[in-house]
Amino acid sequence: MLKLENLVKVYSAGQARWRGKSTTGRAAVLALDGVSLEVQEGELFTLLGPSGCGKTTTLRSIAGLERPDSGSIRLKDTTFFDGARRVNVPANSRNLGMAFQSYAIWPHMTVFHNVAFPLEVMPRRTRPGRAEIKQRVMRILEVTELHNLADRPATKLSGGQQQRLALARAIVNEPELVLLDEPLSNLDAKLRESMRFELKRLQRELGLTAVYVTHDQSEALVLSSRIAVMKDGVIMQIDKPREIYTNPANEFVAEFVGVSNFIPGHVDAPNDEGLTKITTNEGVLWATRTANLPRGSKAVVSVRPENIEISTVERGGAVRNEWRGSVVTRAFLGDCVDHVVSVGKVEVRVRSNPSVSIRPGTEVFLCIEPPNVTVVPQLD
Amino acid sequence: MTAVIDRERQDAPAPEPPSRVRSGLARALSPWTVVVILTVALLAYLTGVPLYFLIHDTFSGPDGFTLDHFGRAYGNDSGAGEMLYNSVVFAVGSALLSLVVGGTLAYLHVRTDVRYKGLLFIASFGPLIIPGFLYTAAWIFIADPGIGLVNTLFLTPLFGVDISIFSMGGMIWVQGLHHAPIAFLLMFAAFRAMDPSLEESALMSGAPRRVVLRRITVPMLRPAILGAVLLVFIQSLEAFEVPALLGLQSGVYVFTSRIYLELRSFPVDYGATGAYAIALLGIAVIGVLLSAFLSRDVTKYQTISGKAFRPRPMELGGARTAVNTGVLVYFVIALVLPLVVLVYASLLPFYRGPSVETLRSLSLVNYQRVIDLPAALTALQNTFVLGIATATATMLLTAVAAWLVVRTKAPGRRLVDLLTFSPLVVPGLVFGLALSFVYLRTPLPIYGTLLILLIAYTTKFLPFGMRYASVAMVQASGELEESALVSGASRMTIFRRVLLPLASSGMIAGWIYVLVISFRELSASILLYSPGNEVISVLIFDQFNKGEFTVVAAMGVIMIAILVVLVLIAYRLGARVGVRTDDDS
Repeated sequence: MLKLENLVKVYSAGQARWRGKSTTGRAAVLALDGVSLEVQEGELFTLLGPSGCGKTTTLRSIAGLERPDSGSIRLKDTTFFDGARRVNVPANSRNLGMAFQSYAIWPHMTVFHNVAFPLEVMPRRTRPGRAEIKQRVMRILEVTELHNLADRPATKLSGGQQQRLALARAIVNEPELVLLDEPLSNLDAKLRESMRFELKRLQRELGLTAVYVTHDQSEALVLSSRIAVMKDGVIMQIDKPREIYTNPANEFVAEFVGVSNFIPGHVDAPNDEGLTKITTNEGVLWATRTANLPRGSKAVVSVRPENIEISTVERGGAVRNEWRGSVVTRAFLGDCVDHVVSVGKVEVRVRSNPSVSIRPGTEVFLCIEPPNVTVVPQLD
Repeated sequence: MTAVIDRERQDAPAPEPPSRVRSGLARALSPWTVVVILTVALLAYLTGVPLYFLIHDTFSGPDGFTLDHFGRAYGNDSGAGEMLYNSVVFAVGSALLSLVVGGTLAYLHVRTDVRYKGLLFIASFGPLIIPGFLYTAAWIFIADPGIGLVNTLFLTPLFGVDISIFSMGGMIWVQGLHHAPIAFLLMFAAFRAMDPSLEESALMSGAPRRVVLRRITVPMLRPAILGAVLLVFIQSLEAFEVPALLGLQSGVYVFTSRIYLELRSFPVDYGATGAYAIALLGIAVIGVLLSAFLSRDVTKYQTISGKAFRPRPMELGGARTAVNTGVLVYFVIALVLPLVVLVYASLLPFYRGPSVETLRSLSLVNYQRVIDLPAALTALQNTFVLGIATATATMLLTAVAAWLVVRTKAPGRRLVDLLTFSPLVVPGLVFGLALSFVYLRTPLPIYGTLLILLIAYTTKFLPFGMRYASVAMVQASGELEESALVSGASRMTIFRRVLLPLASSGMIAGWIYVLVISFRELSASILLYSPGNEVISVLIFDQFNKGEFTVVAAMGVIMIAILVVLVLIAYRLGARVGVRTDDDS
C-alpha cells in the first residue's frame, strides 16, 4: 500500500554539525541512505532504531514535512514524491493523519475544536456540514474516550489525555495512512505500557494502516506487525517481531533488540546431525543455523540471557554446549535473577527464574540448546 | 592512627561555637548587610527622588497645591491639542512601520528559507551602532528638499518633484526604520519560542498555509505581538532625537520636542514643562502596564518541544527571488545607505549633491575641523570618563541588587526589582528635567558638573545593567555559593571571591553594553550639560543646530567607528546584542 523506494537525503552542513556528525565521509553525511520498504494495508509498521538513525526523517518524508533528495514515495496509485520526475505533493494535500511526539495540541482551542480542525479546513466542495462535523468529531472522541472533555480547553488535559487527543485528531478525517512519531515517549512508564495496548486495540478495531516510529524496542515488539530496524540511515532488517528477536540479521540488530551475549568465533564444519560447530576462545558451541556463512568465516555468536541454563551440577554426557565458569555477581530483579558468569575471558549474563540464586565465586555450568545459539555476521 | 585520633576526641572538651556566630545585632550589621542596605537605599534615592520632585514641583506653586501649570500647559492657546495629536500619530505610525518591517523579517528568518539571514543578523545591530541623531542626520542628507540625494539625483530631474524629510511622514519613516530591528528581535524571539509542530500538525490536517497563519500562528502569537506593539509605541512616544531634528523646523511638535523648546526659551516655565513631562510619563506607565498585562499569558502558549527539531523552513518557491531581493533592499536602504551617505557627507567641504566636481573636492577637511574644535577633545574625554564611570557604578549597584533579587528570599526584593526597572518607563528628557528640579535646589556642586550626568546615566541605565547582572547571577549556581557558606566564608567574602568571579563574564558584558549605550545618550544629556561638560552626542547635536552639517557627518563617522569596536568587543564577550543564527544554537 505504501511504497518507499531508495530514499536518499543528505544532511545540510548546519544539521550535520548540530547532530555531532562529521562532515566528511559518505556515511556520516547521509540522513537517509537508500531507504526502501513496503507497508501492507492494515499493518502497524514500526521504524525502530537509535537517535540519528533516520527513522523520524523517513516518517517526516512520508508526511511531506521533509523532502528527500532522491527516491520515490507512493501510496497505492498516488505518487507523493518522485525525485527523478520532480513530483512533490505538499504536506497539506497528502491526506494522511499524523500524531506528533509533543502532541502539538493547539492551546487556544478546546478539545472539540482541535479534533474538528481537519474537517473544518477541507476545501469548500468536500467540506462536511456543521452537523456532520459535530457527529464525526463526537464519534472519534467516544472511541478515544475523550467525549466527556469535549469543551475543555486543550491545555487542561493530562499527558495521557493529550496523547489520545493527538490521536483523535489524526484519525478524524479517516486517512488511508496514520503516521505516529514516538507518541508514547513523553508518558511515564506505567502509562506508556497501558497506552501501548490501547493503541494496538484502536488500530485493529478501526483497521488503520500505521507507520510508527520509536526507539523503544520493547514497545516495537508489543505493537508491531512488522519492524524495520534502522541505523545511520540504512535499514538493517525488516521482519516480524519474533523473527527480529530470534534471528537478528547482524550484530547491531541483535544488540539493539533485547539483551544479548556476544561471543566472537569462527564457523567450522557441520557434523552429521546437521549441527554446525563454532569455535571460540572459550570453547566449542553447536548451532542449528549459521546464517549461511561459509566455513572458516568470522562470526559472532549471540545468545540471549534467558536461554542459558545455569547449574552448580555438571550434566555432561551427550549434552551439547555446556561450559564451565564461575559466578562474578548476581542481581535480584524481582521477576528474575541475573547472574554474570565468567567463562575464560568472557563474561556471560544469565537470566533465570527468581528461585535460582547462586553465590558469587561458585563454580557453575552453563548450558545452551543449539537452536538458541544464533550466529550473526559481523558488521564491518 | 585511628586509635590516636579517637583518644584525642574523647579527651578534648566540646568545641566552641564558630566565632562568626555573633550576637543578634552584630550579625545583622555584618559588612555584607550594610552593603546591601546602602545599595537599596541608593537605588531608591536614584529612582524615586527625581520623580518625587517632578511631581511635587509640577503640582505646587507659590500658594501650595495648584493646577495652574497644567492650565498653562494645556490651555486654550497652548497648541496642546495639536501636540497630542502629533505625538499619537507619530508614535502609532512609526510603531506600525517598525512592526510590519520587523515582523515580516522575523517571520522570514525563522520560518522560511530566505537567503540573507546573515544580513538580517547584521542589520539588527543597526540601532546600537548608529545613534538616533546620526541616523536622522543621514536621512536629512538623503531627503532634504533642497540638497538631499534622493531629490537631486532622482526625483527632481526625473519627475520634477521633491520630498521633504522635514515632515510627519519623514519623521515616521526615520523612526520606524531605525527601530525596526528592535521589533525584529522581539518577534524573532516570539517565533522561535513557538513549537513548530503546532504549525506542522495543522499542515498535516490539510490546512492551506494561509489558514495555518490565520488560525494557528497569529492567535498563538497574539500576546507577543501585542507586547511588541506597545513597547515600540512607548519608545516612539518617548523619542527625542527624531522629532527634535526633523519636527522642530517644520513646526511639527510632539511632547518631547515641546519640552525641549520650553526649556530653551526665556523665561523658562518649569511648571508647564513639568506638566508635559508628567503626561508623557503617565501614558508610558499605562502603556507598560497594558503591555505586561497582555503578555502575561505568553508562557501558557509556549511549548518547548521534546525534540530539538528546528522548524522546517517553508520553501518560498516562486516568490523566492522577490523576497530575497526585498531583504537586500531593506538592508541597503535601512543600513547601508545612511552609513554611506554619512561617510560621503563627511568628505565634502560643504554639502552638495554628487557630481564630477563634487567627487573632485572630496577631502578630509571635516575631520581636521573636528580635531580643531576646541570642545571636541574635552567632549571625547568626558564621554569616555562618563561612560566608564557609569558602567562601573551601574554594574556594581546591579550586582548587589541582582544578588538580592535572584539569590535570596528577602522580603521586598520584588520591590527592588521593580525599582531597578522603573527608569525604563521614564523618557530621557523627563529624566533630565526631573534631575534639574532636584539639584537646582541643593547647594552642593552637582548641577553644572559631570556628576549630574553621571547620576542621570547611572539611573537611566539601571534596567540594562540589571538584566545582565540577573542573568549572570542566575547562572552562578546556588550550590557553589552554598558550599562556600558551609566552608565558613562570610557573605562579603562569598560575594567577592565566589559570585563575582563566576558571574564575571556576564557582568563584563553588561559593563561594555552600558558603556556603549552611554556613549550614544542624548535626551538626558541635552538638558543637563554645561559648558566644559559636553559629551560627544551633545556636541554633534550642537554642531547640527549651527548648520555645520559636514562636520556633523565627520563626527558621526568617528563615533560610529568607536561604537562598532565597542560592540564587537561586547559580542566577543558574549553580550546578547543581536540574533543568533541557527548554526549557533
